[in-house]
Amino acid sequence: MNNVMIDTGNYIAAKAAVMTQPDVVAAYPITPQTTLVEGIAKYHETGEFKGEYICVESEHSAMAACIGASATGVRTFTGTSSHGLLLMHEMLHWAALARLPVIMCNINRVVGPGWNIWADENDSISQRDTGWIQFYCSSNQEIFDTIIQSFKLGEHEKVSLPVMINYNAFILSHTSMPVHIPTQKEINDFLPKRKPLWNLDINNPITFGNIILPPEYEKVRKEMQESQENAKKLIKEISKEWKNKFGRYHGDLLELYECEDAEYILLSMGAIGAESKVAINNLRKKGLKIGLARVRTFRPFPKEEILKISKNSDLIVIDRNISIGMEGALFSEIKASLYGKSDSKVYGFISGLGGKDVTFQDIEKMCEKVINGKANDLEWYGLEGV
Amino acid sequence: MKKYNVKTTISYPMKGATGKTGNWRVFRPILNKEKCVKCLRCWIFCPEATVIRKDDDSIDIDYDYCKGCGICANVCKIKAITMKREGIEK
Repeated sequence: MNNVMIDTGNYIAAKAAVMTQPDVVAAYPITPQTTLVEGIAKYHETGEFKGEYICVESEHSAMAACIGASATGVRTFTGTSSHGLLLMHEMLHWAALARLPVIMCNINRVVGPGWNIWADENDSISQRDTGWIQFYCSSNQEIFDTIIQSFKLGEHEKVSLPVMINYNAFILSHTSMPVHIPTQKEINDFLPKRKPLWNLDINNPITFGNIILPPEYEKVRKEMQESQENAKKLIKEISKEWKNKFGRYHGDLLELYECEDAEYILLSMGAIGAESKVAINNLRKKGLKIGLARVRTFRPFPKEEILKISKNSDLIVIDRNISIGMEGALFSEIKASLYGKSDSKVYGFISGLGGKDVTFQDIEKMCEKVINGKANDLEWYGLEGV
Repeated sequence: MKKYNVKTTISYPMKGATGKTGNWRVFRPILNKEKCVKCLRCWIFCPEATVIRKDDDSIDIDYDYCKGCGICANVCKIKAITMKREGIEK
């Protein structure tokens, strides 16, 4: 029995967050995230959200409030975007090092100056090394499903890390799509109550965040790394469980599409990943053996899976971000995954920065440029034509 | 005491949980027991609980953890506590 809700990515995310029954939501509004927290505020007003809603004075405080709440052992959620995410930066490290599974939506938006509110992944890419698990979604249904799954993943005793669910500004955040909503009972059956690894408790007083010496600190980092490795296995298990229970599957670390006999595989994230399917269908019609591997998790990075798909295919990467002074972030990570183990060629495109549209026609042109042997190692698509 | 099986920075309440902080001290409080009238102002004001109150209300200073802030000397009405620089004799 499925209830279908037609709404924007943000309102769908609000619905998902409220259905996980968080105890505390602390958030500060920022375009294009505003309607997400507005949605949660509305559910608070109607009584559907029974937790505490803390209106804070900044995103740094929003994350700090979530950390404080999470440290008492309860379930927490927040959302932000772009400059808000960057203002949280210190607290992002803090949540991860404290092993607190704060779950957050980040709506990928351009970083200024150059005041611009459209889609661009440089905000979350720049938070790569904070220890957060990062998902990138390509549809409103995937946003809903990933939020619920993220609580199960992040709160799992073998992970206990915060999770960031990313989706593109406006392309998803403000676009309505039909989304299947399970019943509250189905969500409750899927998502157990949080059992914290540690928590602040007046009956068992501890100090948290005290001084630790170098050998102990190193162990904290190593256990975080191991937990991200555990997350790789758990993401697969949780996606499968979701598929069995609800019949929907968006891939696990990667979503593979038409990859089996592919000589070329396109890799991209977020909304470009969804648009890429149309491009793949059209290129297939022209007889080109090309597939798509949409990267769903940037952290943990699916390096083993990418090595596997590179065995018989050259790779084409589209980045809606750039690590200035180097190249697209996804492009770098993919090449690092292959180093010394694969002879596949990897081609990188920078495309869609500043929210510029990346249509299926654009994606087809990029792929054809590679297949026709005309692409350089790193191309800026659309600046000077392809 | 409940212990948690997680690698992060948790400190449990026990004496010396963060090491012997007395070695941070620059000035050492010296108590003149003959002058002391057992008013216990130093015991009340010591922010680190390193002034030890004994059964007869006389006091001792725990130099393993006293950081030498000087509050006890400052609040002592009869100047029974004086601060001496560490490492310098007389």
